Amino acid sequence: MSRRRAVLGGRIALIAGAVAALEMLCRSGIVDPLTLLPPSGMAAAMVAVIASGSVTGDILRTFTTVAVAFGLAVAFGIAVGALLHAAPRLRRALDPLLASYYAVPLFVFYPLLVALFGLNVVPLIVLGFASATVAMAMSTLTGLDRTPRVLLKAARVHRLGRLRTALLVVLPAASPDLLTGVKLALAYAFIGIIAGEFILSGSGLGYQIAYAYDSFDNRTMYGLMLFVLLIATAANAALHAWEQRVRRRRSGR
Amino acid sequence: MSEPARQARDALAILAVLTVAWQGAYEYAGAVAVTPPLGTVAFAAHLLGSARFWEHAAATGLALADAFAIAAVLGVLGGLALGLWRYAADVTEPVLAALYAVPKITLYPVILLLFGLGLPAKVAFGVIHGVIPVTLLTLSAVRGIRPVLLRTARVLRLTPRETMRHVLAPAVLAEIVTGLRLCFSLTLLGVLIGEMFASQRGLGFLIINGINNHDVRMTTAVVLLVVVAAVLANALLLATDRTLHRG
Repeated sequence: MSRRRAVLGGRIALIAGAVAALEMLCRSGIVDPLTLLPPSGMAAAMVAVIASGSVTGDILRTFTTVAVAFGLAVAFGIAVGALLHAAPRLRRALDPLLASYYAVPLFVFYPLLVALFGLNVVPLIVLGFASATVAMAMSTLTGLDRTPRVLLKAARVHRLGRLRTALLVVLPAASPDLLTGVKLALAYAFIGIIAGEFILSGSGLGYQIAYAYDSFDNRTMYGLMLFVLLIATAANAALHAWEQRVRRRRSGR
Repeated sequence: MSEPARQARDALAILAVLTVAWQGAYEYAGAVAVTPPLGTVAFAAHLLGSARFWEHAAATGLALADAFAIAAVLGVLGGLALGLWRYAADVTEPVLAALYAVPKITLYPVILLLFGLGLPAKVAFGVIHGVIPVTLLTLSAVRGIRPVLLRTARVLRLTPRETMRHVLAPAVLAEIVTGLRLCFSLTLLGVLIGEMFASQRGLGFLIINGINNHDVRMTTAVVLLVVVAAVLANALLLATDRTLHRG
């Protein structure tokens, strides 16, 4: 327990140190404060931009888009993972596709998606979904592969039906890996959608950051940037903590 | 059927399905949105013969090579150092994982402000995409070394250098190659995104410029070439990776 506390303390010190160093670099003028706002300035700018209400619509739009893409990606990914697990021949056939899927910079398809579906929310959802769903499917496969045989045998001994075996035995056993998939899916959907908004779009958080950059509005730019980074980190940390707890419980520690 | 023949048939089947889907997208949306497979391949072949295309490809290649080299060296060294010092690894690992999950595109304006427009910004952007996965995988590889190997090295009185050369390096090499494969893909992604925003050169620029000028043929052909190049590079690294993991 004391070791865990020491690690946590070290982590807090590391982050606080990095923020303080950045603050000092900016305040002392080694880095031009017009180029890089000090962290305290970024925080103030973030509060001001959010409180002004000028970006509320964009925030809602980005979060809705991410939620839709993420929800679809998780549902589809789990379904595909379960299907491939049940059909080993199909799984082996798709192996080259799965192995090179994330080697392709998926983002290059985004302009084509815009041409296909128009400059609206659909290409963003497709991009977010495509970035996220394969990670979910692969994590589902890992989870199902790791489900101990003995648990399945125990389920048969207890004469559980397929549905009850899936819900009461397989799901809990595979849950740490499923959560890893959920965590990756959320990160990838968020990254893809913010990038899409940034490069080619007419609204959303990514668009507002690019717009602020183009119009030399550094305060808005840094404020929104910090907001996006904080949201992404908070969501990732929450899912990570949940995943760790489930993993510890499963390994019986 | 023999294993390689089966694999070849499966790969062809996947390719056929993707081509049909592509043709379907063309039939659905027409030539304003995407050019059909055959026409695109023909235009891509034409591009491969033009000097202007190779200027852009060279710009991307140079940025990618620089960024990959920097990310790989930083990542492997950082991962080795952190992996050997357990406390530091425990402290930094979740921080690195969190950084990996952050939409790095939002940092691009900062990089542009710091480095200016041009090659250095693209390289820096590629590096911040690629460096984290190599670091994480090297770190976990070093931490996962069986203690008995290191103890054996001590028993045999190997010098730190010999330990590095004969024990550590072979033990972590396979994982590092996996990390380098991820690093390569993500660095390529970073460089291309960098070129799509505020750049006048490179393949990413050609892709976004094609859309802005309603030259969908250009965009589709360059996307195809990028995808083929990425898949080939990945196949090469994956083959190395699998050989090392088996051996």
